[in-house]
Amino acid sequence: MEMLAILIPVSLFLGGLGLLGFLWTLRNRQYDDPDGDGHRVLRKDWDDRPKP
Amino acid sequence: MSMAESAFSACPACVALPATELLAESRRLAADAGIVLSVPTASGAAAISAIENALSALPGVSSARVNLTLRRVSVRARPDILPDHLIAVLAAIGYPALELDVVMLSSTASEKRGHDLLMRLGVAGFSMMNIMLLSVAVWSGAEDATRDLFHWISAMIALPTLAFAGQPFFVSAIASLKARRLGMDVPISLALILASSISLFETFMGGEHAYFDAAVSLCFFLLAGRYLDYRSRAAARSAAEELAALEVPRAILLRDGQELLVPLAEISAGDLVLVRPGARMPVDGIVTLGNSELDRSLLTGETLPAPALPGSIVSAGEVNLTGPLTVQVTSAGKESSLHRMADLVAVAESAKNRYMSLADRMARRYSPAVHVLALSSFIGWMIHSGGDVRLAVNVAAAVLIITCPCALALAVPSVITAASGKLFRLGLLIKNGTALERLAEVDTVVFDKTGTLTLGALEPANLEAFSEADLALVAALAEGSSHPLSRALASALRLRDLAPAHVEDIRESAGYGVEGLWNGMRVRLGRASWVGATAAAQTATFLQVGAAPARALTFTDRLRPGAAGLVKTLKAAGLKVALLSGDAEAPVAALARDLGIADWRSEMLPAEKAAHIGALTGQGARVLMVGDGLNDTVALASAHVSISPASALDAARVASDIVLLGQDIAPIADARRIAVQARRRIKQNFALSLAYNLVAVPVALIGLATPLIAALAMSTSSLTVTLNALRLK
Repeated sequence: MEMLAILIPVSLFLGGLGLLGFLWTLRNRQYDDPDGDGHRVLRKDWDDRPKP
Repeated sequence: MSMAESAFSACPACVALPATELLAESRRLAADAGIVLSVPTASGAAAISAIENALSALPGVSSARVNLTLRRVSVRARPDILPDHLIAVLAAIGYPALELDVVMLSSTASEKRGHDLLMRLGVAGFSMMNIMLLSVAVWSGAEDATRDLFHWISAMIALPTLAFAGQPFFVSAIASLKARRLGMDVPISLALILASSISLFETFMGGEHAYFDAAVSLCFFLLAGRYLDYRSRAAARSAAEELAALEVPRAILLRDGQELLVPLAEISAGDLVLVRPGARMPVDGIVTLGNSELDRSLLTGETLPAPALPGSIVSAGEVNLTGPLTVQVTSAGKESSLHRMADLVAVAESAKNRYMSLADRMARRYSPAVHVLALSSFIGWMIHSGGDVRLAVNVAAAVLIITCPCALALAVPSVITAASGKLFRLGLLIKNGTALERLAEVDTVVFDKTGTLTLGALEPANLEAFSEADLALVAALAEGSSHPLSRALASALRLRDLAPAHVEDIRESAGYGVEGLWNGMRVRLGRASWVGATAAAQTATFLQVGAAPARALTFTDRLRPGAAGLVKTLKAAGLKVALLSGDAEAPVAALARDLGIADWRSEMLPAEKAAHIGALTGQGARVLMVGDGLNDTVALASAHVSISPASALDAARVASDIVLLGQDIAPIADARRIAVQARRRIKQNFALSLAYNLVAVPVALIGLATPLIAALAMSTSSLTVTLNALRLK
C-alpha cells in the first residue's frame, strides 16, 4: 500500500503531461485541417530530399 | 433570417461602418490575410501538391497553403498579384477556383468558441481518465482509508474540472431560467451540481458511493455532443459566409475620365459606371453610352438576349454580353432591384424558421419528465425511509445522472456531422442546421429550367441545315467575335474539323453582329433586325450571304450533366417532379419532353412561382425547390427545403438551404437518400437512448444504482449512439 504514495502522484503527473500535450496541439492549430494533414503525410514531394 | 439580411447587404459590416472606414478596414485585413480562394474540387494528397506547387512557382507568390477540410487555399503574395491570375493558373491545372472575400471570412469570434469548447472537452477527458482509474480501484473493493483517499483525490480533480468544463451548461441554464424556460441545460446543470455536492458530502462522511466519475464523464460526453453540434453549425455558417463572399462586390467607376475599381458600397446614384462585356451589372441604371446585348436569364429565366442601347433601363444581376456599356446609376447596393427581392424572401423565410427540429421536439417533452422523475423519487424515498434525507438525495441524484440526456445530446449532432461530411464530399454545402431533416420529408421536387436543369450555356441546334461552304463562312465570322453565341458556334464548328473560309475585313458591330467580305460579297452574322430577317421564337443568330435572304442558326440550351438521371431517380423513388420556368413555352416544352416531366409551366413570374409552391404546400405537399435565378428566389425561400447550384445569383444561393458546388446535378438524388437515412438514424438513436433509460431508470428509482452502473449506462449508450451515427453510408 505504501506504493500508492508514489504511484498516485506518478499517474497524476502523466495524466497532466497528456493534458499539457493536448493543450499544446490545440494552441498549435493542429485541429484546423484534419483532412489536409492526413493527406499531407502521404505526399511524395519531399521523399527524395528534405524540404528546404 | 440574419443570414439573409447579412448577405443581401453584400457584407454585414457595411451596414455598421461608413464606406471609407470599411475600405480602410478591408484593405488592412486583406493585407494581413492575403488572397483566399475556394477550390471545391480539391481532394487527396495529389491536389495539395499540385495546387501548392503551381501557385508557389508563380513570381510574387510567397506562400500558398491548402486547407483540405475547408477546400480553400490561402495565398500570400505581392499586392500586384490579382486573384483572377491565380484562378486562371488553377483552372489550367484542372482545379476551378472562386475568389472569397477575405473580410467576410475573418470570423475570429466563432473560431474562438470552437477552440474554447475543444479545450474544455480535452480537460474533461483527461480528468475523466484519471478519475476513472481511481474509481476502478474503488469498484473492485477498496475500503476504508484507501477508499476515502481515492474519493478525496477524485474530488480534487473533479471539482475544478466541473467548474471549468461545465461552464457552457451553467451559463446557458442560467440564461434559460432567466427566460423562464426549462431547456436541456437545466437538468444537465442540476445533475452536475447535485452529483458533485452529494459526492463531496459523502466523501466528508466517509460514505461508500461517490459520483465524481459519473459527473465528469457526463460533462465529457455532453461537451462532445456540444462540440459536434458547434462543428456542424459552424460549417453551415461558414458555407453561408463563403457564398456571400463568392461575389466580390466591385464596380468600375468613371470619374473625371478615369476608370477606378471601387467597392460597391462607394457607388451612389448619379455615378457613371463602366460595364465591360462579360461582366455582371453591379447596379440598376440607364445606359448612356454603348451598344450591347444583355443576358437576363438569371433574373427572368429568358434565354433570348435582350438589346441594350442608350436609354435602355438595366437592372443589377444582368450580364452584359457584347459591347462595353456606360451606365448612369439610378440605384445601387441595398436599393437596387436585386436587393429589393430581400423583402419578399424575408417574409417567406420567417415561415420556414418555424420548423422545429426533431431534437427540439424531443427536448421539449423530455426535459420536464426528468425533473418530475427525480423529484418524485426524492419524495417517494423520503416517505419510504421515514425522512432519511441523505438516502433520498442520493437516489434523486442517481436518477438525474442516469436520465441525463447524454446519449440524447449526442443523438442528433453525431448523425448531422456524419451526414454533412458525406454531402460535403459529394459537393453539397448544407447551410441550415435543419435542412437535412426537411429534405428527408420531401415528396415533390420542383425544378427551374435555365441554369438549373440546363447549364445556361447555348449550343447550335440546326447546323445540319447548312452546307459545308456556309458553315466555313460561319466559322470564320464567329471566330471574330466574343459574343456567347459566336463562341458557341466557333467551338461547335472547331469540333467538325472545318477549315474556316477566307473572309477579309472582319468587323464586329457591338450589339448587332459580325460582318466581313468574302469573294467580294458582304457576309453578315448577327441579330435578325440587322440582317433584315424576322426574329425567331428561339434563340437564334442569322447568316446573310450577299443580298440573299438571311437564314437562322438556332440554339438550344445544353442540359446540365446528370439532369436526366436525376429526374429518373427521383421519379423512381416515388417523388412528384415538376418544372416551373420563366422562359417561353417552346423551349420549356421541349425540355420537359426530353426529361419526361409531365407537369410543366412556362412564362412564370417570380410571384407566380412562389404562389404555385404555396398552393402545393397547401395541398399538403413537402416541396423541394431547385433553382438558380432571381426569379426563383422567393420560390426557394417559400419551399419546404431548397437547393441552388453555386453558379446561381447570390440572392438565390442565400435563399436556399443547400448549395451544389459542382456542375453535375446528380448529387441531389444522393443528398435525398442520405437525408432519409440520417433521419432514420436520428430516430434510432432516440430509441436507443430511451431504451437505456427504460432499463436504468427503474434500477435508479428503487435505489440500486451505484456509481458503476451509472458510468456503464452512460458510456455504453453514448458509444452506441455515436457508432450508429457512423454507420451512415
